[in-house]
Amino acid sequence: VTTEMRPEVTQETMIINMGPQHPATHGVLRLVLELDGETVVDVKPIIGYLHTGIEKNCEYRSWMQAIAYVTRADYLSPLFNELAYCLGVERLLGIEAPPRAQSLRVMLTELNRIASHLVYVATTGMELGAVSVMLYGFRERERILEIFEMITGLRMNHAFIRIGGLAMDLPDGVDEKIREFLEVMPKRLDEYEKLLSRNPIWVERNLGVGYLAPERAVELSTTGPVLRASGIAKDVRRDEPYCGFEQYDFDVVTRTDGDCYARYEVRMEEMRQSLRIVEQALDSLPGGPVMVEDPKVRWPAQLTVGPDGIGNSEEYVEKILGGSMEALIHHFKMVTEGVAVPAGEVYQVVESPRGELGLYVVSDGGYRPYRVHVRDPSFVNLQSFRDQVVGQMISDVIAIGAALDPVMGGVDR
Amino acid sequence: VTPEELVERLGSRFGDVSLAYGEVTAITSREKLVDNLEALKEDPDLRFDFLSDVSGTDWPDDDLRFWVAYHLYSLEGKHRLRLKVGVSESDAHIPTITGLFPGADFLEREVYDMLGVEFDGHPDMRRILLPEDWEGHPHRKDEELGGVKTQYKGGAFIPPVDQRLQK
Repeated sequence: VTTEMRPEVTQETMIINMGPQHPATHGVLRLVLELDGETVVDVKPIIGYLHTGIEKNCEYRSWMQAIAYVTRADYLSPLFNELAYCLGVERLLGIEAPPRAQSLRVMLTELNRIASHLVYVATTGMELGAVSVMLYGFRERERILEIFEMITGLRMNHAFIRIGGLAMDLPDGVDEKIREFLEVMPKRLDEYEKLLSRNPIWVERNLGVGYLAPERAVELSTTGPVLRASGIAKDVRRDEPYCGFEQYDFDVVTRTDGDCYARYEVRMEEMRQSLRIVEQALDSLPGGPVMVEDPKVRWPAQLTVGPDGIGNSEEYVEKILGGSMEALIHHFKMVTEGVAVPAGEVYQVVESPRGELGLYVVSDGGYRPYRVHVRDPSFVNLQSFRDQVVGQMISDVIAIGAALDPVMGGVDR
Repeated sequence: VTPEELVERLGSRFGDVSLAYGEVTAITSREKLVDNLEALKEDPDLRFDFLSDVSGTDWPDDDLRFWVAYHLYSLEGKHRLRLKVGVSESDAHIPTITGLFPGADFLEREVYDMLGVEFDGHPDMRRILLPEDWEGHPHRKDEELGGVKTQYKGGAFIPPVDQRLQK
C-alpha cells in the first residue's frame, strides 16, 4: 500500500510537521509531511492526542452510565453515538423503544446532522478564506443547539437517548421553535451556496482536489459523504433502516466527481434532505410514552429540565424520600446496579454525519458492558488522507483535511 | 440474502456458524482467515466487498484469550457477517488482511495497540492511539482503569477507580 504511491522526487525533500495544535487541522491532528518543493511526497497522520479511553471506561460503568461516555466520542454528533449504543443494547435486551421515542430519535439525530454539516461548511470556509460563511454557519448551528438545550437541557453530550427510549418528552414550545428553524434554514442554505458555489477561490481550492476513485474509496472502507461523493450510494438509513427510517421520504445524495467540491455538494444537499426528514417526523409524531414501560429497564426517575439542566422532578424526589419505601429501594437498585443485559454481541450501525458509525457491544450477562467498541467513521475515513494528498500541493492538504471532516474526539476516542 | 440463508450457505465452509440477535457469526482459524475472506469477497452471490470494522475482545480465562472480530458488509446485497478469530496469549499473532482490504490498516493497528495482538505482514505495525513508548495494552482485562503512572513527561500517578473512592 505504501511505497508504490511515492511520486518521482526531483530534489532533496523536506519534512514538515503540522499540528497537533494548528488552526487548520480540525482538532489535534498531527501531520508529518514530506515535501518536494511545494509538492507533497508523503504524509503520515499521527493521531491519539485526544485519546480518553472511552471504550475502557464503559467497562467500568453500568449499562446506563456508559451512554454518558460514548456520547463524548464524536462530539459533533453526540446523539448518533448515543443512538447507536442504545439501539445495540436494546437489541441485546430484546426490547424496542415506543413509536414516539423512535420518531423523536429520528428528528433529533437529523437536526444533529445539520448542526454537524454546518460546522463542516463553517470551518472549511474559515480555512479556505471565506470567513463570512464561518460566521453564518455557526450562527445557524446555534439555533439547533438552542433547540437541543430546550429539549435535553444541554447543548452537547446530551445523554438524552436512553436504553428503552428517551430521557424525557418534548417540552412545551419546542415545536414552534423547530418549525421556525425549518422555515428559515432552506433560505440560509441558498445563501451559503450563493456565497460559495460560484466563488472563484472556493471553486479553485475544492474542484478536482482530493480525488478518490470509487473502487479505492470502497477498498479503504470510507463511508458517509466521502464515499457518496465518489458515487457509491451507501447510506445506512436506506440500506439497513433503524428507528423506522423506511417510512421517511428522502434522497440518498451522491455525486460522481469524488473530489472536495463533490463532498461539499453532498453535504449541502444532505442538509436539505435532513430538513425534509425533520419536517416529516414532526408532522407524523405519534403520541404515547417515550420510554418502555418495563420497570426493570426504564430509568426510575422522572426527569425535568430545570435552570441547571436535567434533574429529578420535585414530585418524584418527594415520592421516594417521603412517600414510598419500595420506590426508594427500586430507585436505589436501578441507579447503582442498573439492568443485567443477556450475554451476546451485536454490531449496531447508524448513519452519522461522517458515515457508518458502528457500535460493537459485547455482554457477558452482567450489569456492565463487557466490551464496547466504537467504529468511528472519522477514524476509518482518515486512512484515505494519504491517497488524496500525495502528489498534490501543500495548500491542498488544508482543503482535503477539511473536506474529510474528521472529528478528533471520534478518531481518538 | 437473509441471515438464515447466510447461515445455511456458510455452514459448509465454516464449522461454526451461528445466528443471534439477527446477526450471523462465523468462526474461522487464523490459518484460513485470509483465504476465507477472499472467498467471501469473490463469491458472486455473497460479495462481501466492504470491511466495516475490526475489533478485539479479551477473555482472560479462555485458552484462546483474544478474539478479533471482522465485520463484513456487502454493498450490493446489504447483508452483514461477523468473522471471528481466536488466538492464545502466548501466540497472539494473526495474518494481516490489509492485502485484501487496505482499509484494515488503522483498525488492525488499533487492535494491536489496545490488546497486543500482532498482525503479521501488516505494512506499518505500530501503536496508533497511545504514545510509541507506552507499556502494556490497556484493553486487556488485567489492566486497571487508571492505576498507572501517566507516561507523559512529568506525569503523576493516578490510582485505580476503586481506590480513588476510598481516600
